[in-house]
Amino acid sequence: MNSNSEIYSLTVNGKTHEVRDSWVGESLLYVLRERLNLPGTKGACEQGECGSCTVIMDGQAVCSCLVMAATAIDSDIRTVESLSVGDSLTEVQDAFVTEGGVQCGFCTPGLVVAIEHLLSQNPDPSEIEIKEAISGNICRCTGYGRIFEAVDKAVSVRKAKSS
Amino acid sequence: MSSTTQTTTRRDVLGASALRPDGAAKVQGRFEFSSDLHAENMLWGATLRSPHPYARLVSIDLSAAYKIVGVVAIITAEDVPGKKTYGLISSDQPVFAQDFVRYVGEPIAAVAADHPETCRRALAAIKVEYEVLSPLTDAELAIQPATPPIHPDGNVIRRQQIITGDQDLQGEIIVEGTYEIGMQDQAFLGLEAALALPDSDGKGIEMHVATQWLHEDQKQIAACLDLPAERIRLTLGGVGGAFGAREDISLQVHCALLALRTSRPIKMQYSREESFYGHVHRHPAKIFIRHHAKRNGEIQRIEAKMVFDGGAYASTSSAVLINGVTHIQGPYRCPNATVVGYAVRTNNPPCGAMRGFGVVQACYAHESQMDKLAAACGLSPVEIRLRNAMVTGDKLITGQVIESVAPVARCIRETDAIALPAPLAKTAHPLEIVGGSGLTSLPHNIVRGIGWGVSIKNLMYSEKFDDFATARCQLKDGVATLKYATVEVGQGFVVLAPQIARSVLGVDEVVLDTVDTGIGSAGSTSASRQTWMSGGAVDGACRLVRQRLFEHVGKKYNIDPLRLVIEDTDVVDMIGDFRISVIEASTGVLIDETFEHHHRPTEELDENGQGNCHVAFAFVAHRAVVDVDVELGLVKVIQIATAQDVGRVLNPIAALGQIEGGIAQGLGLAVMEEIVLDKGKMRNPSFTDYLLPTALDAPSVVAVMIEEPEPQAPLGAKGIGEPPCISVTPAIAAAIRNATGRELPRVPVRPQDICF
Amino acid sequence: MSVLVPRTLQDALQATAANPSAQLIQGGTDLMVEINFNHRKPTDVIALRRVDELKSVNIDIKNSQITIGAGLPYQQMEHGEIALHLPALAQAARTVGSPQIRSAGSIGGNLGTCSPAGDALPVLSALNATVNLQSADSSRAISIHDFMVGVKRNARMPGEIIVSTTLPIVSGWQGYSKVGVRNAMVISVASCCLVVDRINGTIAVALGAVGPTIIRCRETESWLAAQVDLKAKTTVSPNLLQEFGDRIATESKPIDDHRSTAAYRRHAVAVLARRMLTRANAQ
Repeated sequence: MNSNSEIYSLTVNGKTHEVRDSWVGESLLYVLRERLNLPGTKGACEQGECGSCTVIMDGQAVCSCLVMAATAIDSDIRTVESLSVGDSLTEVQDAFVTEGGVQCGFCTPGLVVAIEHLLSQNPDPSEIEIKEAISGNICRCTGYGRIFEAVDKAVSVRKAKSS
Repeated sequence: MSSTTQTTTRRDVLGASALRPDGAAKVQGRFEFSSDLHAENMLWGATLRSPHPYARLVSIDLSAAYKIVGVVAIITAEDVPGKKTYGLISSDQPVFAQDFVRYVGEPIAAVAADHPETCRRALAAIKVEYEVLSPLTDAELAIQPATPPIHPDGNVIRRQQIITGDQDLQGEIIVEGTYEIGMQDQAFLGLEAALALPDSDGKGIEMHVATQWLHEDQKQIAACLDLPAERIRLTLGGVGGAFGAREDISLQVHCALLALRTSRPIKMQYSREESFYGHVHRHPAKIFIRHHAKRNGEIQRIEAKMVFDGGAYASTSSAVLINGVTHIQGPYRCPNATVVGYAVRTNNPPCGAMRGFGVVQACYAHESQMDKLAAACGLSPVEIRLRNAMVTGDKLITGQVIESVAPVARCIRETDAIALPAPLAKTAHPLEIVGGSGLTSLPHNIVRGIGWGVSIKNLMYSEKFDDFATARCQLKDGVATLKYATVEVGQGFVVLAPQIARSVLGVDEVVLDTVDTGIGSAGSTSASRQTWMSGGAVDGACRLVRQRLFEHVGKKYNIDPLRLVIEDTDVVDMIGDFRISVIEASTGVLIDETFEHHHRPTEELDENGQGNCHVAFAFVAHRAVVDVDVELGLVKVIQIATAQDVGRVLNPIAALGQIEGGIAQGLGLAVMEEIVLDKGKMRNPSFTDYLLPTALDAPSVVAVMIEEPEPQAPLGAKGIGEPPCISVTPAIAAAIRNATGRELPRVPVRPQDICF
Repeated sequence: MSVLVPRTLQDALQATAANPSAQLIQGGTDLMVEINFNHRKPTDVIALRRVDELKSVNIDIKNSQITIGAGLPYQQMEHGEIALHLPALAQAARTVGSPQIRSAGSIGGNLGTCSPAGDALPVLSALNATVNLQSADSSRAISIHDFMVGVKRNARMPGEIIVSTTLPIVSGWQGYSKVGVRNAMVISVASCCLVVDRINGTIAVALGAVGPTIIRCRETESWLAAQVDLKAKTTVSPNLLQEFGDRIATESKPIDDHRSTAAYRRHAVAVLARRMLTRANAQ
């Protein structure tokens, strides 16, 4: 049993980080952004209604604003920062750029994480499956049209690569 | 002398779907929004807000708050050294409430502390004594002279009438209605945030902030801080959407004051709940409108009374009203008009700019009317609109002649030509049916409806406002550097500006300098104006640079500069053989030009609403197909077909993105978005209950971009940001009416409006 | 101030025994919202997310029942054996929030929060589920109807952990429907679970978001059982269907709020109930 009154450790993107002197109510989103210098994950609603804070925790896409950071010890946490190596973009990220899936970009990290997760479970999703998978990610700028195109493109690029 | 032959590789010039230069950073999560900024030794700031819609502020006791460990400073109205009020048109809004609070959420004090949680505790410890008063929440009451004023400037922010032609004409066909538009919120995702860094002498500020207009913020902050504008240096922090909500000041002055008071950097950011309280919303409106027409459907006269509820402070209500009254005729000929409009003050949340700016409300009214008129005349919704469609040369009811390209009929016809979607299959997947995974409905419960909306929208600012834009271009060694203060909110100016430079100068490499107040104003990113205005400024600066380049090349190679043109990436003599790459031509030289683009002057309206008050206009048509579960009143928008008058497509993918995004916002207003008020209090300041369209709510969008180049526009392109969200709302409502037979005078349409 | 993350149920129970007022947290999808909004400020927290026993599923065909761990994420109820035997629960699970919420939210959370809008609760009610509670030195199973006491109030005692729910496998038709304004991330305006038990010839109708707690429409249930033979699929006459819906509506106790009106909610549950009854009897 672990007691986390003052210090605890989180494993994020394969690295272990120590969190000190924190307040018990801090969400994982807050800790990632304000303590661990991983500001890629965004917050826009504090209640799991927008998906901007999506991270992968133990292989599941979750809203990091709804995870109490101190309870996430011994979990494998992956943020948007873990997706691309250096300056190279994944097929999903590249497709977002080429197909116009990015406007203001605030929803983008959460969306990219959610889509990478979808494709890792389901490499050839139907249109409905894509829409349902991102139904928890709000975009206020694009109306989703170019985002659907980006996902379609990423799927075909990946298919072509693996064949 | 050297020459280069260019192979035909696609260059990212105007007309190409050039990629966003900030795209890679955004998809990697590396792009810095203003909420991502930090500074050494920074403190967090937070704001105390009024829980009452109207009250006398009796006393504020900060003593308990100061005792909390970690609290460094607390400020109130008496700590504002300069102007105690601010505002975009009239400075009627207090930085911090003084004698009265006039809306729920009005700022009373701000604290600086070591952690957001310390801030929260400090705010909770501030004791404020209020004498609660009865709020004025009825806009109609606010018009009545007998109603006591809730502000020294009075309850009527502006009244404007439009009196044109025959005031007594009665049509052979008369249709009328009273329409209501609810309070929509911009709900941008990137919550308000700023980082303020005080100068060491305490007489200046460096601030990184997400806003829509750096120079206007600078002006207002300077006045409140009682400092010269040059000492308020603003740099644009990454902006996560705006849609009008950042045109007004929110946390800027508070943040700056705390920084100066504590002599430390201050970071302020709003939560979603606070964001709802902290920015202006779309004006709710009530519009009575009566159309007089000939039996054949030709409109002869309109009468209208429009009331816009501006909430507690004026913001841009005056300008919103003018847009409302001058657009109430819609994109239709109308020789006679009796229109009066009011923007009023109440203790409801303050309202101001939101994409569409008064025209959304007017359009809902006139498009709802057009269908009534069609029915009364025995015409189809398309026929009635074609019969009355404006053309270039027609007059507005203000007397202004439409000089813009005005392809209204073409917008309607090309929209009509778009194929309708396939009917709902009996075997449709549940998520394709109304109600989605809620499994409320089966295909046989669904009725499909089709509806129309057409709109006119002014571009740029009006009524004598010279909203110019400035840009600077430097060319050196084949690289163009652009500097401007144009705010990128996501709309894509960062893509467009380099495209312009590439087209004009023949360079491929374009560097974008920091967006800050270190150059002249670019005006606001709003009013569908930046492509025209800042695009015009960049274009102008690049042309000046090009001219100087030609002069330089001409002098060096003894060619008359008038013979030189840019062809692809070369400088070419039109008459001779001379050709040199732009890179070579500009090697070793530095050409630096700044240009201010002004649109043509406009006029104020006179007391009869006559005057050439707008610069230019754009037009759009929408056709909505919706599925309705009539018994449950649930709606799914299936398709939006649209033809939009864009002038010239400068970047196809970016343009389509603006159209699809605007449509989603118009859809939101049609069926799900509304700030619900109860005696001045917001019932739903959260994303749980202020509903934004999700991916499963998005319709299929089929868009045609009509390119009839606008001669007035510097690039031939009209602004495209607002039209997509304007007539789509009445189109969806009309489609629901078509499916249900309900009158639906109000948006957003709620299930109970359909059922009962 | 402490946050404990026990690994076994035993450890968790000892922790609650040592500190009965400690805040329990499972998926966090309700509690963290309250913390983020400053409505709750816990000082001692016991997190249950690593207790695997709380995620177990026991399918007991012989006794026609399924016991689902209180911490099993909704996402895992949408398919597979749970969906096969408890289709109404699978349907309800699929309507919860968003995919991200479904990865974390659980029945235990729904029970702990005990809001009348909790998506799983009408299903538990209609199926007469049992809620299994344990403390360090005792365990008990109480009916869902006794567990849900009022608006956000339940019968859990300090020191108790909700360990699982036991639901019967019913032979017949069951379904769940939920009304909201949007087509995803739907906050329930009204919801309904209908279960027809063909062996016993009974029907259960439970309503969500239309009262202070989940409403079981027992009067209508007995009335309908007296009108038709529920052991077989019989076509219900239009008049009967109409009256069925009207009676369901009468048993609901909705209010007006910012999401909807009482009148609409009453109307909606009647429509949902009628439609599901029709589907249950479709040939």
